[in-house]
Amino acid sequence: MSFATYAPGATVVHRLPAGLKLSLLAAVGVALALLDRWWQPLVVLGAVLACYAMARLPTAGLLALLRPLVWIFIAVGIFHAWISGWQAVVDVLASLIALVLAAGLVSLTTSMTELTDVLLWLLRPLGRLGVAPERMALLIALSVRSVPVIVALAQEVRDAQRARGLGRSARAFAVPLLVRSLRHADALGEALVARGLDD
Amino acid sequence: MPLIDVVAVSHSYLSGSLRRQVLTDVSVELSEHRIGVIGANGSGKSTFARLLNGLVLPDSGQVRVAGHDTRRDGRAVRRLVGFCFTDPDAQIVMPTVREDIGFGLGRRGLAPADIAARVERALTDFGLADQADHPAHLLSGGQKQLLALAAVLVTEPALLIMDEPTTLLDLRNAAAVGRIVAELPQQLILVTHHLELLEGFDRVLVFDEGRLVCDDVPAAAGAHYQERVR
Repeated sequence: MSFATYAPGATVVHRLPAGLKLSLLAAVGVALALLDRWWQPLVVLGAVLACYAMARLPTAGLLALLRPLVWIFIAVGIFHAWISGWQAVVDVLASLIALVLAAGLVSLTTSMTELTDVLLWLLRPLGRLGVAPERMALLIALSVRSVPVIVALAQEVRDAQRARGLGRSARAFAVPLLVRSLRHADALGEALVARGLDD
Repeated sequence: MPLIDVVAVSHSYLSGSLRRQVLTDVSVELSEHRIGVIGANGSGKSTFARLLNGLVLPDSGQVRVAGHDTRRDGRAVRRLVGFCFTDPDAQIVMPTVREDIGFGLGRRGLAPADIAARVERALTDFGLADQADHPAHLLSGGQKQLLALAAVLVTEPALLIMDEPTTLLDLRNAAAVGRIVAELPQQLILVTHHLELLEGFDRVLVFDEGRLVCDDVPAAAGAHYQERVR
């Protein structure tokens, strides 16, 4: 499991309709913004963690979701400790972590087909304004699909950089990554046409 | 078998400020079951393959597949012609195996039950049933190429074009793809550097510097190609 991509399963959490899960996610976001006692976000965080247990998702995956944000959490924590005290730190950090984990839970337990079906339904009214809901839904699916591809490209570029002794040069990393990402986008576009996107 | 008719086709690409000729006055009629296409890198064979389903439109000349002109009737051509690329990562567009196989079907207006049945059959036929709901990016290289092939064949094209499908695979996976390819009922056009994959093919075309330089049975075409690259 990585990058909050779908982890198949047959638990209650997996079987809940995608629309309901997205609605609950929105409700969690609103509730966290409205709660006014410092300890209340901890209760929401506990509920989200209970849902992870119900979905039988491994702890390693949960930590993988939080790891990239650790420095942001530390910076936010220091700022609030300095400005408002420890209760504000608990309030803000518990809210942030609960929201990240709740969003991750939806991604981990809902297939892209289910998510795009909901998205298509939500975007249907925009059809009258000339927006193509199918294209928007495909755009989201392609974005999710492209994350691991770009990460793998970045790893390959970094390995090549190390093999050539280029150290930590940002330019030697960014230029080939950009070129390879554009090539991938070009090939993906060609594949989409070949697979009938224009039908 | 759909008849492919390529008439006096030339094509060039703009490379920087220079125009590079990649195909020059190619004419050929293809109706055999299995046709191989070989040639050195840059010989024009991949461009030739892309002409046959309208991914590339010729600068001059005409390409017709079962009577449909690729320039005027690209959609009809692409419904007849499936295309399998060298790099499966560029061809897999959906996050999970099952979703990717169903992608092309969903766009053809088939009933959901029909789509589900076809996807299940493809998953079983290509040995991907155990990975059906897994992220596609976690598959091995060989499994990814099988997924790419399954996603094309599930739409039941009359003609399949494969552009160097075994180039990125190890020997075992290349052999597995070769076995599947050998049993396909569809008309097949296979672009490859692996001459052993063309054993038993009806016809092999050899390209060199944008020109069709040999059109013969596999043994003779293979010998001609090896003579040219020596």
